[in-house]
Amino acid sequence: MNTFYFIAFLSIFFSVLVISAKNPVHSILYLVLTFFTFTIQYILLNAQFLAIVNFIVYMGAILVLFLYTLMLMNLNKDSEPFKSNIVKIAAVLGGGCLFVVLFACFRQVGIAEPVVLKDPGLGLVKNLGKVLFNEFLLPFEISSLLLLSAMVGAVLLATKDPKTV
Amino acid sequence: MESLTNTLHTVPLNHYILLSAIIFSIGVMGVLLRRNAIIIFMSVELMLNAVNLLLTAFSVYSGDASGQVFVFFIMALAAAEVAVGLAIIVMIYRNTNSIDINVLNRLKW
Repeated sequence: MNTFYFIAFLSIFFSVLVISAKNPVHSILYLVLTFFTFTIQYILLNAQFLAIVNFIVYMGAILVLFLYTLMLMNLNKDSEPFKSNIVKIAAVLGGGCLFVVLFACFRQVGIAEPVVLKDPGLGLVKNLGKVLFNEFLLPFEISSLLLLSAMVGAVLLATKDPKTV
Repeated sequence: MESLTNTLHTVPLNHYILLSAIIFSIGVMGVLLRRNAIIIFMSVELMLNAVNLLLTAFSVYSGDASGQVFVFFIMALAAAEVAVGLAIIVMIYRNTNSIDINVLNRLKW
């Protein structure tokens, strides 16, 4: 049994649980598991830098942020009101149609060659750092500006306005 | 590590595309299905991750490191997006005492 198919099955299983869990906290915990399966996929692709970043940034920072926000809100059981069955069926049908269209498109393309790692050092920090700080230096600096503005924006939005309180 | 990556040689690129398409569709379904704003946000994260995995697979397939650098940028962008989005959700919760997106239909007027 190939590792890829087992991990792929697990990630699909957990992502279905993410959108179907009743309790939002369970949903976030399933999302953590889904991201962990993605980390394993990155390791299988020998993208070690991305695996570590996915592990630390996504599972460590972003999902903890989600969890904290959810716990701060203190939602009770009836926080998610009843949604009619017709809307649910329509949502599943819509997502299914999207998948069928995507699948049909990719079947037409038909790239069936196996993914072969030509250069074993491709996803290592050494190689990626060279690419990042040579070709992508300007986007890298701009992304630091983006993070700074996002931080300022988040603080501005989340603090209470002293005039209205 | 060598033996781990050797299992890769039998996986066609098709199957990576298929896996990403499935996860992406599940994310779209989550956005349409749920009314809790935080879970909708999590479904968006799921879609972003599906695309990340596909970019990495293509990067390994063609032996080009640019794809993995793009994934790095997408992760930075997702962090910024989550910070601002959760701040907005907290503000909505403070004003309406609920994170049901149907409450927000007053934005129409």
